[in-house]
Amino acid sequence: MASFKPTKVQFLPKLGEKVTEETLYWKNYKSPVQIKEFGAITKIDFSPLPPHNYAVTASTRIHIYGPHSQEPIRSFTRFRDTAYGGRFRGDGKLLVAGSEEGLIRLFDISGRVALRQFKGHSKAVHMTSFLSDGFRVVSGSDDLSCRVWDVPSAVELSSLTQHTDYIRALAPSKLNPDLFVTGSYDHTVKVFDMRSGSSVMTMQHGHPVECVLLYPSEVLLVSTGGRYVKVWDLLKGGQELVSLKNHHKTVTCACVSSVGNKLLTGSLDRHVKVYNSSYKVAHNFDCDASILSMAIAPDDEALAVGMTNGVLSVRHRRHQKDKETLTSRRRRGPSYQVFVKGKNFAPRQDDFLVSKPVKQYLRKYDKQLKSFEVSKALDTALQTWTRTSKPDVTVAVIIELNRRGTLKNALAGRNEEILLFKGFLHVKCVCVCVDLYQQVFHESPVVERLLQRLMEVLGREAELQQELLQVLGILDTLFTSLTPRKEVAALAAPPVAFVMLIDGVMKAKKIII
Amino acid sequence: MVEQSEVRVVRCGGSKINLRPPIISTDSRFVLCASGDSVKVYSTRTEEWLHSLQGHTNQVTGITLNPANHLQVYSCSADGTVKLWDFIDGILIKTFIIGYPLFAIYVSEKHDGIVFLHIAMDTDSKNECFQLVAVHLPKSAEQEVEAKELSAVSSRISPNPSCTAFGREGQYIAFARHLQLNVYFFRKQKTYSFSLKATDKKGAKNAFTCIACHPADDCIATGHEDGKIRLWRNFIHTKEYTYSTQHWHHNAVNTVCFTPEGTNLLSGGIESVLVQWQYGAGNRKEFLPRLGGSILHVSTSSDGQLFCTSHSDNKITVIESSFKVCGVIQGLVKGDAVLTDLMIDPRSKALVLNGKPGHLQFYSLLRDKHLYNLDIVQQEYIYEAGLDQFEVVKAAFDIKGYWLATVEERGQKSSDLEFSLKLWAYDERTQSFVLNTTITAAHTDRIMSMCFSSSEETTMLVTTAEDGQFKAWCQGADADTQQDQNFWSCDFVGSYHNLKPTNCSFSADSSLLAVSFQEVITIWSPDTWELLTTLCQPPGVVRDLCFGQLSCSKYLIATTTRNLLCCWNLLTCALEWSTSVEVSKLQPDPLSENVAAFSYQSKHTDLFVFKPNEPRPLFTHKNVCSEKMHRAVFVPREEPLNNCDESSQWLNRSQLYFLTQNMDLLTFSTATEEDRMLSSSKRLVIDDSVAVTPFYLLLGKHRQQQQKLNTPSHPAADKPQQPQGSVTITELLHTPAHVLPAASVLCSMFVSSLLISNTGVRQDPLREMESSEQEMNSEKEEEHSEEEMEACDSQQELRAQGSVDEVTPKLSKAQERELKRVRKTDFSWMAGLIDSKP
Repeated sequence: MASFKPTKVQFLPKLGEKVTEETLYWKNYKSPVQIKEFGAITKIDFSPLPPHNYAVTASTRIHIYGPHSQEPIRSFTRFRDTAYGGRFRGDGKLLVAGSEEGLIRLFDISGRVALRQFKGHSKAVHMTSFLSDGFRVVSGSDDLSCRVWDVPSAVELSSLTQHTDYIRALAPSKLNPDLFVTGSYDHTVKVFDMRSGSSVMTMQHGHPVECVLLYPSEVLLVSTGGRYVKVWDLLKGGQELVSLKNHHKTVTCACVSSVGNKLLTGSLDRHVKVYNSSYKVAHNFDCDASILSMAIAPDDEALAVGMTNGVLSVRHRRHQKDKETLTSRRRRGPSYQVFVKGKNFAPRQDDFLVSKPVKQYLRKYDKQLKSFEVSKALDTALQTWTRTSKPDVTVAVIIELNRRGTLKNALAGRNEEILLFKGFLHVKCVCVCVDLYQQVFHESPVVERLLQRLMEVLGREAELQQELLQVLGILDTLFTSLTPRKEVAALAAPPVAFVMLIDGVMKAKKIII
Repeated sequence: MVEQSEVRVVRCGGSKINLRPPIISTDSRFVLCASGDSVKVYSTRTEEWLHSLQGHTNQVTGITLNPANHLQVYSCSADGTVKLWDFIDGILIKTFIIGYPLFAIYVSEKHDGIVFLHIAMDTDSKNECFQLVAVHLPKSAEQEVEAKELSAVSSRISPNPSCTAFGREGQYIAFARHLQLNVYFFRKQKTYSFSLKATDKKGAKNAFTCIACHPADDCIATGHEDGKIRLWRNFIHTKEYTYSTQHWHHNAVNTVCFTPEGTNLLSGGIESVLVQWQYGAGNRKEFLPRLGGSILHVSTSSDGQLFCTSHSDNKITVIESSFKVCGVIQGLVKGDAVLTDLMIDPRSKALVLNGKPGHLQFYSLLRDKHLYNLDIVQQEYIYEAGLDQFEVVKAAFDIKGYWLATVEERGQKSSDLEFSLKLWAYDERTQSFVLNTTITAAHTDRIMSMCFSSSEETTMLVTTAEDGQFKAWCQGADADTQQDQNFWSCDFVGSYHNLKPTNCSFSADSSLLAVSFQEVITIWSPDTWELLTTLCQPPGVVRDLCFGQLSCSKYLIATTTRNLLCCWNLLTCALEWSTSVEVSKLQPDPLSENVAAFSYQSKHTDLFVFKPNEPRPLFTHKNVCSEKMHRAVFVPREEPLNNCDESSQWLNRSQLYFLTQNMDLLTFSTATEEDRMLSSSKRLVIDDSVAVTPFYLLLGKHRQQQQKLNTPSHPAADKPQQPQGSVTITELLHTPAHVLPAASVLCSMFVSSLLISNTGVRQDPLREMESSEQEMNSEKEEEHSEEEMEACDSQQELRAQGSVDEVTPKLSKAQERELKRVRKTDFSWMAGLIDSKP
């Protein structure tokens, strides 16, 4: 005796992204913590030392936040004008920042007052950074020059004026204290060597460069500007490796995660994109406003994004611990004791095992279908919860009823609510409904309105399809006259879907009319 | 081996076992059912086929236990004979020649020596008028007796044998026809009839469909076309009869049956629910749902412990009285039509075709055994007349048997067609097919044909549909869904001038795909999907096409509706040859160059076998069968034959099976093959026997010979005589080990053959004792055994007076003669045994 076969709920393939380890990793961030700053956030930098505080440069201040605090643990406010590019030294004890008036200030993390001030730039300094030896500071300014300063003596060591436009991007090499990379609005990226005192390599980005970034291995260089992110191979003399165009507005910032060296880019189009090692977008973070700056903690624990509206949004990683506490809380309950009873009983060798027949558990609508209670089964399937959260179940039950030839019986004697179900567009079902309730349609204004709307939608759809078919016809003639016959066959693919749709629509239309 | 190659058409396997109600032997160990021209004996416990009682030359139309001897069974057949069998040993005891085609048989304990038979009224056979006759079986010692004492009990009875039943202790017989119930009382020699109106106010259909009589009470249960069951009482008086009505079945009741004590009434119908009504308890009933196909017959064992239902899907279910299914005997399911092609599962070499509704069945041709059903539709089957059901209409295997593609369809009659294409992957762990991909809207119209590419590396499926397109499906990533790699998605859509594609076929190495669009055959390259060339040979739409195999793979063969068989050479793209012959089906043999072509002309089917490289047929067989050939398939042989005769050479590597429109599965066989089949069937019998004692092996072997001697009219008798026991043993010892059956089987056979047979007599059960005594003891002992049998039969005589049996002293001479004959063969066989000993 065969058992009852439950109704098969059709499972539709999910369109969209493929779930990989990588997307799971990037999905594993908590919802962001929002901190309001006074102005647009132009630079975020994480301290290289644990506990990885981060400096946020916004308006005339630099705030330093702890990893979990929402209030700044320290702030530097002695700027007369807008501050730019606050960055930590390699040991996390000193901080350097440029400003609108051209002054570069050096702070001790624990102090308030600037330890040094480097004067010399005539225009705003947007980018400052320590070189990797820790005793020199490099700065890029709007006066087209790029200067290197000595920290102990506060004197200018050299000035390099090789760019022809504002310098807005700067990245020092961590492996060589004499190397740094600058990017400018003159569309070029230059690599400078302090030993030779000039640029040793120039790359054409093609757009004003907003950000440059060196991979930890310092073989690859990333430059962003315009809508493009370009990756250059420095060992091959600055050959362009790949050019990415995944944002639809200017890409303003980029950073590299420490786990797996994944590239992240932020753009004015309010998206942060994460690329996998083959430079395909693996994940996407959405933000509320255009992104100006972004940084990721050295252990990927937090991702901080600064936006034009002055909101700093920090995402922290979700840990296994958090999840466990959640699940264990859920599991704890009074019935747990019942289930655990006898669970750890191990049968002895000579025990005779009596297997219990496996009970078939059926859904409610299946039980009703099993006992041929068609109307009740449809009731169950049309319950508000089912039809809103699981419309596929409702459709499956309707299809099953149609297969059994009892759809008419099940649909009879209902009120207008049934028509309010959105997934109710199974053609056969509508057909039977119209058959059944023809006489009473005009009595209900709700139904009338719905039918009117359905008519409109179908009419629009039909028109659209007609237009599409016309276009296809034109294309077909074009292709047949232009190319050998195999292309025609290849092009025949799209019409299938359209013809099918048109068929369906026509059928539905006929029914309605 | 002797080369005697005469190719014959033989019916093979899978005959109906649900034509007549199965019967359970008194000891509940065996189930007997009429199957084709034999009676098959199954074991109730193991569900295995034990042996068959062969001897009739036409369809067996009825079987019934001999009321006088519970080890014997009567069978009647359309060949006009009634035969009496010993069904445990499979011995034909007697043949009664009646002379008219018989359609059903009834016996009653009260009427000894009389059987009641359905025969057609010879006056107007067209109107299906049947009469019930009582035949007095003459007590003669002869093997074959002509029974001429016919007396009509009633004329104008229903052709349905379940509309006739014997009443309490055989006092009356009840038969129903259309709307009339007749009860004939033997003592009064009078018929009372009761009739119902055709329809009542509620529109019920009152026609009788089946009938059963209570074994102890004067009560008749009748089933009706509208699902009602009526219980008739007090019908001894015509005027004062009463009936009560029960209604549960929603469609016609196919069968009703009382349990032996009469406490319960069993009924079954199209719903496939066995209903047990408590007799006298009004409406109290039990159900056993979802048994399979609709229930055709129900029968009970004499102790009421077992029930047997036979179903429309050629199945017998054995049910315990506690309403638990304990066994299923499944035959080859032959539905209304086999919609799929006949296919061979490349793994199990089983024949695959439509089975139960919504299933594919796997049937082992070698063992004539149903292997398993694969549920394709995976929906609850609703047993309701006139309901449009999903049917599997197309199926195809890939060359390694790893993929199975199926198409199911619903709504062939109505306008809105629903169908889906499913792809199944073979799962090594569960050893069956698992659903991989379902494609609901593969095409916009009905799928006409499909085929897998035959290359080893990539699997590709091509479907052609009535919407004028053919599609290629590949396993791989879909750009839209980005699912795992092992789902199937559409790779290419092709069309040709909006013509409807009909057939598709891949070449042997899968480098070419041929798709026929009405009169045009297009050749595509599956790698680049380039249209390479078109071939056209008007007039006539292409009906079937196939590529040549092996060395002939450069040829493409096609048949058209205008009686043309064309063969193109694909290297020159030119027509190689064409002949004017009406061919409906082409079937290439995958293991050789041969192509079989079936043609249907002037009401009979002819077969041509040819090689594509020459237009001359290799083999022609006129008038293969009278119906149209429906499907055909070449089944690879396990071990190739080595016929060198030209006419049967094409059967060396594979065997051709085909299905006619009447759903008969036929095949071609050669003489040498029959030889081999016989010996293998002998082995099978030994394998499957109930009690495999060493003695049984010897005796069983011997009994077969005996049976053969007894039945000269047997169709198998023209087969060569079986080799004797000793010869088999020597043969076994000389054959190479890898072609032998399992060593355990051989060992028991071998050891048993070395034993001196009569040592076992004392230890064995009575049955064995009787038979062994019959065979090898002296005359004196024979007399003794006869006495013993008489003694046991005299007990039966106390119950049933005047039994017609061989045990009456008058018949002992016949038996003696038989025994003498037996003894003769016995000695020769013993001598053979002694010779074989070292």
